[in-house]
Amino acid sequence: MKKLNSKLYRNLIMVAAAIAVYAFIAYGMNTNMLPRATQTLAIKACYNVILALSLNLIVGFLGELSLGHAGFFALGAYSGCIFSINSSLPIEIRFFVAALIGGTVAAVGGFLISSSILRLQGDYLAIVTLAFGEMIRSFIKIIPYTGGTSGLNGIPSLGSKFMTFSYSYVFVIITVLVIRNIVTSRHGRAITSIRDNAIAAESVGINIKAFKIKVFTVGAFFAGIAGVILGHYINFIEPANFSYNVSIEVLVMVVLGGMGNLLGSIIAAVIITFLPEILRGFDKYRLLIYAIALILMMLAGNSPKIIELRAKAKVKIMMLRRKALARKGA
Amino acid sequence: MQGKERDGKVALLEIKNLGISFGGLLAVDNVSLSIEKGQLYGLIGPNGAGKTTLFNMITGVYKPTSGTFCFDGENLTGKNPIEINKKGIARTFQNIRLFKNMSIIDNVKVGLHNNHKYYMVESVFRLPRFYNEERKMEKEAIELLEVFDLDKEKDTLACNLPYGKQRKLEIARALATSPKLLLLDEPAAGMNPNETEELMETIRLIRDKFDMTILLIEHDMRLVAGICEEISVMNFGTLLASGKTSEVLNNPEVIAAYLGE
Ligand SMILES: Nc1ncnc2c1ncn2[C@@H]1O[C@H](COP(=O)(O)OP(=O)(O)OP(=O)(O)O)[C@@H](O)[C@H]1O
Ligand SMILES: [Mg+2]
Repeated sequence: MKKLNSKLYRNLIMVAAAIAVYAFIAYGMNTNMLPRATQTLAIKACYNVILALSLNLIVGFLGELSLGHAGFFALGAYSGCIFSINSSLPIEIRFFVAALIGGTVAAVGGFLISSSILRLQGDYLAIVTLAFGEMIRSFIKIIPYTGGTSGLNGIPSLGSKFMTFSYSYVFVIITVLVIRNIVTSRHGRAITSIRDNAIAAESVGINIKAFKIKVFTVGAFFAGIAGVILGHYINFIEPANFSYNVSIEVLVMVVLGGMGNLLGSIIAAVIITFLPEILRGFDKYRLLIYAIALILMMLAGNSPKIIELRAKAKVKIMMLRRKALARKGA
Repeated sequence: MQGKERDGKVALLEIKNLGISFGGLLAVDNVSLSIEKGQLYGLIGPNGAGKTTLFNMITGVYKPTSGTFCFDGENLTGKNPIEINKKGIARTFQNIRLFKNMSIIDNVKVGLHNNHKYYMVESVFRLPRFYNEERKMEKEAIELLEVFDLDKEKDTLACNLPYGKQRKLEIARALATSPKLLLLDEPAAGMNPNETEELMETIRLIRDKFDMTILLIEHDMRLVAGICEEISVMNFGTLLASGKTSEVLNNPEVIAAYLGE
């Protein structure tokens, strides 16, 4: 009973936080109190959060080092945006349909790629996914309707920055809910068990191959949606937007936030999105500070000592709470 | 149903001339065993005798290069670990293989994965079947943990458990798959005499409570002599002797194999 209450409490806090963040940014955008650059970055943060969460499912929960996320990002962006350019539906509906199409095309890509690399693990899988990502990009350069190397022009806009942000935010919420609901289900436990010990997972009847395919498909789906958001926000995409650097950057977010930690991924994605802007004042040392900040964040998120400290703090808080309760009872 | 009848009992596991070679090395050669329903059967032998390798073949980790084995009247030779687990064989590992970064109860729930099903869509939209099945899993997992006295710490991470409890958790996880045959690879390894004593009780309890057939590998002769009705001895990949525990343990050949001539 008590545990149920604490869960409810936590969920309520999350919902309140999500609403507060939205309200804050919406207000800042509508009154133009937020600087222009910040407004732009808020939208960028949305698709970065989606990318980080979906990659965390693959890297953090399943434990497979995938470096091909930019490829799924590109598949979604191009397919969704090509639809959007050629459709005459009202823009809001068009955007949602485009997101669905982009997500689905990317998911098909994720399904096909993961089915073909089931035997690979570790570094080999990383290299091959990296290659697949780059292959998708080269492919986009040569097929028709994509605009080739000169890029895809004329992607419709959702109107104001505020509208774009609002629609993107809806997809962030959807992504958070879907991925959270997956990882806290029997499927999520199976996925995590594969990461922790594949041989033991098989010994209790977990179908590793089937789960690898499922995870890559779901992860790619959301990366695709992120691509559609990108397209409708900058209204022009080119293959250069989807180089493997993007995969690496998203991986950095996942690692910083902590493997298998959804809230961590969200926070890390937001921080990394804003970091270059925050450091703009220190132009000369920007890259240096950026690197140091990354290392510090990585240590904070993953060092055993700090994790231990956090655990100790948690226990202390619990004790304090228990004492307070006991006092109340007495 | 081709199970061999003996004393009116049916063989649950029938191993016939099973063998495997790695490169040129014959790790297991021509091993035949028959285990009846409800038996507590021991498998002993010096280090490197091929005991674990035999387990790995029965559970589908390795494909035998010769011979067959039938389980519950069905030939399962060459099937993969997932199929074999679904047919009703579960195991523990000599070098403990827990899901270290998952909670104790989640370890057991992974074992329950195939017993309580709902689709991923049902968990995404939190449909009624998700809650129903999850509630059942929670209840069953706690019941299993109670058997092993692990229920009070169900939310701690598996890696934070002391060694003896890790071994118990592995057994609980295996039982969660509701097997007909349980394979234990050196369950008492690393335990002190008290813990071993307790483990013997638990193994007996599992056999009676779950109506389980158990095949266990063990070096601790007190445990083997204490709970196994029948045993087989392996040496250099082959079967040295099989039969009633007390008789086999007094067999001069077996004694020689253990003392080393
Ligand atoms: N995958 C493998 N490749 C090559 N050789 C192997 C492999 N697995 C086992 N062996 C060899 O098979 C032999 C039997 O090993 P096994 O682990 O079955 O012994 P064991 O009876 O379980 O010994 P212990 O009591 O030490 O656990 C050993 O010589 C081992 O080196
Ligand atoms: Mg062994």
